[in-house]
Amino acid sequence: MLKIENLHTEIDGKAILKGLSLEVRPGEIHAIMGPNGAGKSTLSYALGGRPNYDVTQGSVTFNGADLLELEPHERAAAGLFLGFQYPVEIPGVSNVQFLREALNAQRAARGEEPLSGGEFLKLAKEKAALLKLDMEMLKRQVNVGFSGGEKKRAEMVQMGILDPKFAVLDETDSGLDIDALRVVGEGINTIMRAPDKGVLLITHYQRLLDVVKPDRVSILANGRIVQTGGPELALRLEEEGYDAVMAAEAAHA
Amino acid sequence: MPEVAELHRPTTRDEAWRYADSDFIASAEIALLNDWRTITVPAGETVCEVKTHLSDDGASGMIDRLRVHVGAGGRFEAFAILGGGNYQRVEIEVTLEEGAHFEFGGVTVGGETKRQEFVTRTIHAHPNATSNQIVRAVHWGRATGNYLGRIEVARDAQKTDAAQNFRAILLERGASANAKPELEIFADDVLCAHGAAIGQLDEQAAYYMAARGIPPQLARKLLVQAFIGDAFVALDDQSAREMMVERALDQLAGATL
Repeated sequence: MLKIENLHTEIDGKAILKGLSLEVRPGEIHAIMGPNGAGKSTLSYALGGRPNYDVTQGSVTFNGADLLELEPHERAAAGLFLGFQYPVEIPGVSNVQFLREALNAQRAARGEEPLSGGEFLKLAKEKAALLKLDMEMLKRQVNVGFSGGEKKRAEMVQMGILDPKFAVLDETDSGLDIDALRVVGEGINTIMRAPDKGVLLITHYQRLLDVVKPDRVSILANGRIVQTGGPELALRLEEEGYDAVMAAEAAHA
Repeated sequence: MPEVAELHRPTTRDEAWRYADSDFIASAEIALLNDWRTITVPAGETVCEVKTHLSDDGASGMIDRLRVHVGAGGRFEAFAILGGGNYQRVEIEVTLEEGAHFEFGGVTVGGETKRQEFVTRTIHAHPNATSNQIVRAVHWGRATGNYLGRIEVARDAQKTDAAQNFRAILLERGASANAKPELEIFADDVLCAHGAAIGQLDEQAAYYMAARGIPPQLARKLLVQAFIGDAFVALDDQSAREMMVERALDQLAGATL
C-alpha cells in the first residue's frame, strides 16, 4: 500500500534520512519506534510534503502512485492523513469551517459532490462523539486554547471526518493522559483498522501499542530502518531499551 | 457664529500626514483637504457607521475626515474598508465624554501602488471613557497601509481604558505598512494598550491546511479572511459583519495568493 525505497532527505543541507526503506501492506498497522533524533518526525513530514523537507533520493509509492510527485493537498486528497505531533493553531478559523473546506476540497479533487452544511455537521457530531470531544469544541477556532490532549483528540476527529486510506501518526500519544490515550487509541482502531487501510504509527512508548496493537514494528535509528519484527519487538524495546536491542541485533548479524 | 478656520494645505512634514501621498495633497483642492463631516452622539445613545471605499469606486483619491462628539455614556462605532484609489484616507477625531465609548474596526487592502490610511485621534476628555481600535492591513505589489492612532487622555480623565491594535500582512516583497501609535497621557490612573505587528501569512497554518487537503490558494484566502475578521468582530449586526469581510476579500482579486 505504502512502499518507501531508499529514502534520503536533507534539511538545510543536513542529511536526516539516509536510505530508509519500508513497506506497509493494506490492513497493516506498522509502528515505528526509535531514539530521539533518529528521523521519525522527518519521515512523517517527508511523506506529508512539508516545505524544506527535501527528498534528495529514493521513492515513495502510495497505492501505485508516485507520492513525491504530488503537492501536499493532493496527497491528502489521494487518501493520506498526517497526524501532527504539534497540531497548529489557526486563529479566526473554526474547526467546523476548516474541516468542511478540507473535506469538500478533497471530495472535489476526487470528482465527488460536496457535502451540504447539514450533512457535514451530522458527520462531525458522530466523529466528535466517537472521540469524546464536545461538539462545542469544534465550533471554536482550530486548536486555539486547546490543551495538549484536546489537540490530539481533535486531530483524531479530523481523521474520522476525512476518513483517509492511510494515516501517518507522529507521536499522537504525546501529551495524553491515560484516559485520553485509551480514547485516542480506540479511535485509531475504529477509524483505521480495516482490510483496505493502513497506518504508520510513530511512537516512543509501548503504552499506545497496548491499545492499538501493531502488526509490525520497525526501529528507526540514524535515518534508516535497522530492524523490523512483530509486536514482541516493541515489548523488548520497552524492557531492554534501544541500545541493548540494537546492539544484540548487530552482534547477531 | 461659525468659526472661521484658516484653510491649511498639509504636507508630509505634518505628523498626521507623514505617510500620506504627497502628490495628492499637493494637488487636491484645498477645500477638500479641510472638509470635516461632523457627528454628535447624544448622551446614552449609540451611532454606528459602516463604510466601504472600494476599488471599483474608481476614485483616484479620497479623503474622508470625520469629527465626532460622544456624549456621556454614549457610544460611537465606525467600521471601514479602504480597498481602492491611489490614495485613500479616513480620518476620525473622537471626543469622549464621561463613560462614553469609541469602537473602531478598519481594514486596508490593496495592491499596485495604492496608499491607504486610517488616522484616528481619540480624545478621552473625561473620566471612565473607553476606546477600542482594531486595524488590519493586507497588501501586495508596492502598496502601503498605514495606521496612525493618537490617544489623548486629559488630566482628569481617570479610569480611561484605551486600546489599539494594528497588524499587517504583506503578501509580497515590495508592499509595506506603517504603524504610528501616539499616546499623550495627563491622567495617572489609566489603561492604554497598543500593539503593532507586521508580517507574512502564517506558513505553518497554510501547510496544516494543505495537509488536510485544502489547496494553497484557498488556504491563504481562509487565513486572510480570519485575519481581516478581527477588525469586524465588534460589529454586532451579523449580516453587516459578513458583508464587510466579503467586500474586503473581494479586493484580493488582483493579489497573488
